[in-house]
Amino acid sequence: MVHDLYQETILDHSKRPRNCHTMDDANRKAEGYNPLCGDKLKLFLKVENDVVKDVSFVGSGCAISTASASLMTESLKGKTRDEALKLLDKFHELLTTDTAVSQDLGKLVVFCGVRDYPARVKCATLAWHTLKSALTNVTDPATTE
Amino acid sequence: MSTLSSQVSAGFDVEKIREDFPVLKQTIHGRPLVYLDSAATAQKPFAVIDAIRRFHEVDCANIHRGVHELSQRSTAAYEETRAKAKRFLNSRSKNELIFVGGTTEGINLVASAWGRTNVKAGDEIVISAMEHHSNIVPWQMLCEEKGAKLRVIPMNDRGELLMEEYEKLLNPRTRMVAVAHVSNALGTINPVRQIIEMAHRAGALTLIDGAQAVPHIKVDVQALDADFYTFSGHKLVGPTGIGILYGKSKLLDEMPPYQGGGDMILTVTFEKTTYNDVPYKFEAGTPNIAGGIGLGAAFDYVTHIGIDQIAAYEHDLLVYGTEALLQIPGLRLIGTAREKASVLSFVIEGIHPHDIGTVLDKQGIAVRTGHHCAQPVMDWFNVPATTRASLAFYNTTAEIDALVAGLKKVKEIFS
Repeated sequence: MVHDLYQETILDHSKRPRNCHTMDDANRKAEGYNPLCGDKLKLFLKVENDVVKDVSFVGSGCAISTASASLMTESLKGKTRDEALKLLDKFHELLTTDTAVSQDLGKLVVFCGVRDYPARVKCATLAWHTLKSALTNVTDPATTE
Repeated sequence: MSTLSSQVSAGFDVEKIREDFPVLKQTIHGRPLVYLDSAATAQKPFAVIDAIRRFHEVDCANIHRGVHELSQRSTAAYEETRAKAKRFLNSRSKNELIFVGGTTEGINLVASAWGRTNVKAGDEIVISAMEHHSNIVPWQMLCEEKGAKLRVIPMNDRGELLMEEYEKLLNPRTRMVAVAHVSNALGTINPVRQIIEMAHRAGALTLIDGAQAVPHIKVDVQALDADFYTFSGHKLVGPTGIGILYGKSKLLDEMPPYQGGGDMILTVTFEKTTYNDVPYKFEAGTPNIAGGIGLGAAFDYVTHIGIDQIAAYEHDLLVYGTEALLQIPGLRLIGTAREKASVLSFVIEGIHPHDIGTVLDKQGIAVRTGHHCAQPVMDWFNVPATTRASLAFYNTTAEIDALVAGLKKVKEIFS
């Protein structure tokens, strides 16, 4: 059923995204773009001593991409750069493989339904692609292509 | 609405037509398939499927090459499609019809073979604000290469071209006007006859992208006086990978070849090659023979139903669908031209088209979501994407009702 994809948490975060604002004192920024949907995202990070102190985003997108960005910002605070990148890998694995769901993902497991909708994987990963370019200092906008 | 529903079905036996399309008889996620994506590709009737199968089972051989029986049969069947295309489009001669892979290749052929020899620095190419990427990018590439300028006819918020602005764009430097007959993203039917006449008065040539027009309205290239007209077979219930480019004989004769290879030559030595006559000059290599034969069957099938009957029935569906969709609160139609083909592009406040598309799919309803390869159109209407239901002559009012019910479900989930 379609509710496997649009779980309550996803609907909640898409309607009321958390940390959805710009950040004036961010020291890392990146933009993401999904040419297939036209989804756009700007990500703001405050990284101090290799730790993500604060993170926020603005943009426009579908329920999956908005909820993914919102839940990502919640799960990043307090993580080191390496921990954040590891989480990205695990999240990607959740969406694209049949392996058992990792316990480290926390609330992010609500996206497990996306693996049955290959056309929607890019929606769920846009924020995370953007995170990667923010953390690795790539200046070009991240794209899902 | 029930009155309109009974009017729509009067005189057009859609249930009988649906029997011809095997793909329609299936369930998707446990629900009957409601296929509303014919502007992307039309479904295929048995007549087309059988023609392709018969070619592979009985007649399969390369064309224009062998003296053996199979090659002669294949050649005759393939060339017969050219003759059918002549009747379908009312061209003067079948030699004005070139087989191409589809509309995109047709446009690229003209931009390349005609453009490279006829466009210079400072020249201008005119396109419109509602073009598909395939009628933007080839011209952009040509302009970049030659130092020519690309100019764009603007539109109003209904999605209609502003003809007085078009008039102002035309000048002695205008070399080509390339516009869609029908917009894929908006459904607008453009006044191409007038557009062509105005271009000719300014001394420019015209190319009409007929991809969305040929399946839905009668096209007569002589009455239009188009210089080039191109379309894809697969939107006309034919197979993918085959289409037609019409060009006036004189222009085709003067144009250099598009690609080099077998079949497009008369003689080849290492010093010099003599090119074959039109249309073969533009048809290098073994073509999509099965596709060409399938396209012939598609011409026959559509002719048998009657293109005017199709146009009338689809118009009734469009009226019914427009009225039905506008009952949904928060829904905005994108593209409300007075002259419109059966395309319903829309947005719903606060709900992204991809979420709409996924929820509809779960109910067996296939629609297109995204920018429809027309990003400038999305930018003009200030939307990132739309949901598009495109209707064909095998669709029914009951399917439109299913779409409306599906959209109500979408609203339940997301609001």
